[in-house]
Amino acid sequence: MELAVISGKGGTGKTTIALALSELAKGAVKADCDVDAPNLYLFYGGKDLKQESFSGEKEAVVAKEFCKECGECQKVCQFDAIKNGLVNALQCEGCGACTLVCPQKAISLKDVKSADVYITETAKGVISRAQMEIGGEGSGKLITLLRSNAREYAGEDTLIIIDGSPGIGCPVISSITGCDAALIVTEPTQSGLEDFKRVTELCRHFGVLTFACINKYDINEKKTKEIEKYCRDNEICLIGKIPYDNVVMQSINELVPVICYEESKANQAIRQMWDQLSAQINF
Amino acid sequence: MQEWAGVLAGDLGEEDRLNIAVLSGKGGTGKTTIATNLSVVTAANYIDCDVEEPNGFIFLNPAQIISQAVKVDYPVIDRKRCTLCGDCAKICQFNALVKTKKEVILFEKLCHSCHACRIACKHEAITFAKRTIGAIEEGQAGDLICRRGILQIGEPMAVPVIKALLENLPAGINLLDCAAGTSCNVVSSLHYADGAVLVTEPSAFGLHDLKMAVKLVRNFNLPFGVIVNKYNGDDRIQKFCQEENIPVLGTITYQRKAAEVYSAGKVLVELSVYKKEFCKIAEGMRGVFPWNWQ
Repeated sequence: MELAVISGKGGTGKTTIALALSELAKGAVKADCDVDAPNLYLFYGGKDLKQESFSGEKEAVVAKEFCKECGECQKVCQFDAIKNGLVNALQCEGCGACTLVCPQKAISLKDVKSADVYITETAKGVISRAQMEIGGEGSGKLITLLRSNAREYAGEDTLIIIDGSPGIGCPVISSITGCDAALIVTEPTQSGLEDFKRVTELCRHFGVLTFACINKYDINEKKTKEIEKYCRDNEICLIGKIPYDNVVMQSINELVPVICYEESKANQAIRQMWDQLSAQINF
Repeated sequence: MQEWAGVLAGDLGEEDRLNIAVLSGKGGTGKTTIATNLSVVTAANYIDCDVEEPNGFIFLNPAQIISQAVKVDYPVIDRKRCTLCGDCAKICQFNALVKTKKEVILFEKLCHSCHACRIACKHEAITFAKRTIGAIEEGQAGDLICRRGILQIGEPMAVPVIKALLENLPAGINLLDCAAGTSCNVVSSLHYADGAVLVTEPSAFGLHDLKMAVKLVRNFNLPFGVIVNKYNGDDRIQKFCQEENIPVLGTITYQRKAAEVYSAGKVLVELSVYKKEFCKIAEGMRGVFPWNWQ
């Protein structure tokens, strides 16, 4: 069973909550699919069971000795990525159009490494994660691989918790498609609400069972009410409300999951939420 | 730092354009807060490149908005001409075309509009049509030009919207409010940038993701500085910047009041204490990007 934790807006508390839930769900496997900002792993030391390099994209390469600088490649390139036989790697999408038109057959496509992919065993279970090359592309394919790696190490009754990325584009779509459920973490701000609407629509578009929780709900009770109303009107199950708590920032800086702080208000609210959520998804 | 000296020197002429990207690595550190407030303080145009979640207009409230659709090419296959040879599906690097026994099927959302299939087709069976994947909106907030891209929900690829947004930017100083992260959305915004401001927060996550953003802007050889948002006395960011010889442009002090003003969709510079901090940042930017401010 796969549960994706996403948010629309960045910085609402996805990683904090994904981590807390994975601690509460005994034996959960974690997949850190926020490949641009992979922070889940920072909490754990561990042993890498598997490491491989991943190529999610290709790039045109020109064999200089054959290039006559005729400019045919430049004419067909839709991405302004090739000029006088020189490829701009950051612009090139690896489509191969230039390879087709080169009269000298001087251009070919090569795989480009876009990430290192790891399966890491920690004291608290397995985590599937990646270290992206800076500016790397193909994150959608990478996320599909991270999820399939996680499934490989998960038993039939294991919960896989996916820490997703912000936004509504390709990495998020890859994180939620085919998931059993998505938990959206939002916050009571005008931006949070706008982004919440967009990401719930995305979940509906892909037919994913959707739950929502409002983090730091007490920093603006009026906006919290607006989010609650939006949930009611759109039949989204609001499963938790977590109060603002300085302990959360402390837990990030001490790299200890928030549920380890007995007295923390946020901890108590997350535990309550997990009781509800686990019942709802029959875990 | 010396290597930047002179890069942006000289007065900005009437037709000149200077694009400063605001990025962060980690989401939710305050890119939009910084970009919108700096726009107000420095009279710079505001360009929202976070097309998956564009929020800057909430704070700047531009009026008289004009909207224009962003369209991308997709292949149309003439079934009378198609011989089902499969060359188009073979060349497509994005698996957007799949050949079955009866036809070639297009998965339009995977298509990068590269035209390789058309070139590969020996039977001239492929032409291109256009479909809408988002929009560009532009309006005025006082003297400021505010522009944003919006990706349609369900569309995976934001890059064509970002490119359309950043073509023909207005003259003057443009602040490009980028998406979170360090992948293709941010990269395509940085292609248009002359300098960068990195926004972070003093936490373990903030520092980790800032390091990724620093690597990215260094790849682009852009002059840049760091802003510490939600500053609470924790100096880990300043320490890192000192070690790496990166100028800190300023700090925005954390106060619950700031979170409340933000949550209501208002700009922080309405509060005098924040106006002071943003003016100081503008001052700091003058040192890093030595052009002529108004």
